[in-house]
Amino acid sequence: MRITMPQLGESVVEGTIGKWFKKEGETVQEYEPLLEVITDKVSADYPSPITGKIVKILVPEGQTVPVGTEIAEVEIISEKEPEATAASTRSEPDESAQQQDTLTVHLTRDKGKPHRYSPAVRRLAEEYKLDLSKIKGSGLGGRVTKKDVESYINTLESIKTHEPEGAKVAAYKPQEIAPKPLHMLPGDEIIPLTHMRRAIADHMVQSVYTAPHVTAVIEVDMTSIVQYRESIKDAFQKHEGIPITYLPFVVSAVAQSLREHPILNSSWSDEGIVLHKQINIGIAVALEDGLLVPVIKQADEKNIVGLARTIYELSNKARAGKLSPEDVQGGTFTVNNPGTFGTIISTPIIVQPQAAILTMEAIIKRPVVINNAIAIRSMMYMCLSFDHRILDGLQAARFLQSVKKKLETFDPDKSGVGYR
Amino acid sequence: MATKTVIQTIRDTLFEEMERDERIIILGEDVGLAGGVFGATKGLQERFGEWRVIDTPLAESAIIGTAIGAALNGLLPIPEIQFADFIHPAFDQIVNEAARIRYRSNGAWNVQMVIRCPWGGGIHGALYHSQSVEAFFTHVPGLKVVAPSTPYDVAGLLRSSIDDPDPVLFLEHKKTYRLIKGEVPEGSRFKVPIGKAKVVRQGSDVSVFAYGLMVHQSLEAANLLSNEGIEAEVIDLRTLSPLDKETILNSVAKTGKALIVHEDNITGGFGAEVAAIIASEGFEYMDGPITRLAGPDVPAIPFASTLEEAFLPNTYKIAEAIRNLAKY
Repeated sequence: MRITMPQLGESVVEGTIGKWFKKEGETVQEYEPLLEVITDKVSADYPSPITGKIVKILVPEGQTVPVGTEIAEVEIISEKEPEATAASTRSEPDESAQQQDTLTVHLTRDKGKPHRYSPAVRRLAEEYKLDLSKIKGSGLGGRVTKKDVESYINTLESIKTHEPEGAKVAAYKPQEIAPKPLHMLPGDEIIPLTHMRRAIADHMVQSVYTAPHVTAVIEVDMTSIVQYRESIKDAFQKHEGIPITYLPFVVSAVAQSLREHPILNSSWSDEGIVLHKQINIGIAVALEDGLLVPVIKQADEKNIVGLARTIYELSNKARAGKLSPEDVQGGTFTVNNPGTFGTIISTPIIVQPQAAILTMEAIIKRPVVINNAIAIRSMMYMCLSFDHRILDGLQAARFLQSVKKKLETFDPDKSGVGYR
Repeated sequence: MATKTVIQTIRDTLFEEMERDERIIILGEDVGLAGGVFGATKGLQERFGEWRVIDTPLAESAIIGTAIGAALNGLLPIPEIQFADFIHPAFDQIVNEAARIRYRSNGAWNVQMVIRCPWGGGIHGALYHSQSVEAFFTHVPGLKVVAPSTPYDVAGLLRSSIDDPDPVLFLEHKKTYRLIKGEVPEGSRFKVPIGKAKVVRQGSDVSVFAYGLMVHQSLEAANLLSNEGIEAEVIDLRTLSPLDKETILNSVAKTGKALIVHEDNITGGFGAEVAAIIASEGFEYMDGPITRLAGPDVPAIPFASTLEEAFLPNTYKIAEAIRNLAKY
């Protein structure tokens, strides 16, 4: 158990450790003086509330900490319950149970009323002309909450804003499919859906439903890039202040290849295939419970150093939850890097309304045949999922060949990285 | 700028105001020679003399009655009720006299005075040194009730209360006296307007309305919940009467969920008034039941530490209430 700084006087708010009478590893008896506490009103020896062994002293002599701060960790030896320590401004969470009974009774008295709509929900539904029966509720008892409605509105808006001008909305709306009844077995638990999870789910369903996905895979010899990166990575980190990974090299090759194969940098519409002039490459950033895709704007105009820096900044912002709407909008192509998790092949889902998405998988040393001899090379698969409405296997393969060639013939002198 | 505790701020502000305006007098039990049982008036009698810092007998009705008389005769009294628990004998003077005189005399007379009084629990004060009294007095037209919780607000609101031509009950949460420190600008007579609440933490999931020590507990709770992805908006009401309806309603319009926290007994406590206002004027914004977290209906506050802890809302109880409301 943790021993906390006691409150020696009615209005005393902090205390100083004068002297520890026991060292780590020593045992102390209940009521035996454990340490001397000094406050501005009084100094006193504080007796140990339990019999135990001092595992760790968390606050050293001479340091002043607020009342209630943990000062030592003690392993209990005896069976006796510790006495209630002097009250500080905090208390154990279980004591709230009594007070909360009335609160939770009040809130859960009417369980399972998914069609009870609060004033805020009805107001939003009226304003945006929504059919509330189509929205799934994440509130208590399946209630549709204000946030559920707001999230539904955002999904509709983002479907709208992603369309190129003049295009019609894809016929599919995620909520129109009749929900299946919940299938539960004994011992099952339900993890409530966060807004991010719901948004990802809706997007993935819509993407797969709209675009016929085909995945083409190619193999890339990354040996020279691996060697180059090994040789410069320390100097790079020191000089630029950020690490250099394989992603900037791949993004650079992809960006240049998209210039040469613009059909991969496009969007489908009923009026025609829209070829985008800007090459804005989204990079997928994995979070604990979801993923975000910030966008590197005009990636073809940056060199490896610029790409490395932009990737670093966007990834940090994504993990800190600080991406702005501009950071995630306007992407025309996406690169994903599941290789860091060790997969060698994936079949990614396109980020609508783009034409394709490319993954770079794990770089693994393999024996390969070069000039009829066996060599050990660092090999990496790249998987391109493309929208078969917009392009066919031929264009996809050509694009992949282009990326492969750029990576395999990477020339440090021409890359603008500037290190050797 | 100086970092001061609440009690230092009260003392320094009283000192500055008494220097600035010679009409100001302080009267109460132990305020003069002893400098107040918390040190709020320390050194003032030495500086301003016995006729401006007056030790009264133990007679609250007389303290307030005398102060009213002094105010009617051109002085600006700041009487102190040593503990809010002792204010009850002075209830008649406050409600039937001080709060009514302007209305009763059709504006010919007014009572410009500030009744200072430490309130609130959590200091093992038991039944007569821990009470909350705002429910009785926010009910009285003609009387203003303010309850700041930070040194900055204490200084600013004390000055606004002194300048107000009508009686103000100035509630100082005694546990904040030494516990809460903050930045207080020096050398300027800055004021905080009476009747304005303050959003001390922005959030979008639940609105938490509190005053006194509960503001600080609510902020701690909000920080805990931030780690769970729940962002609570915390509002320090600061003035209880007149209440800042605009800030309250703007907040619930944003979050749709309201939690009111106070130490006082729940039934008929001030939270009920806040809840009623939200229910009637903010009905269209609500996405969850308006909830109060308050002391139980038991004489406030029991002495045994376990009972005192069970009585008072604290960081964990507030966090649990916010969490439940956010989930609704």
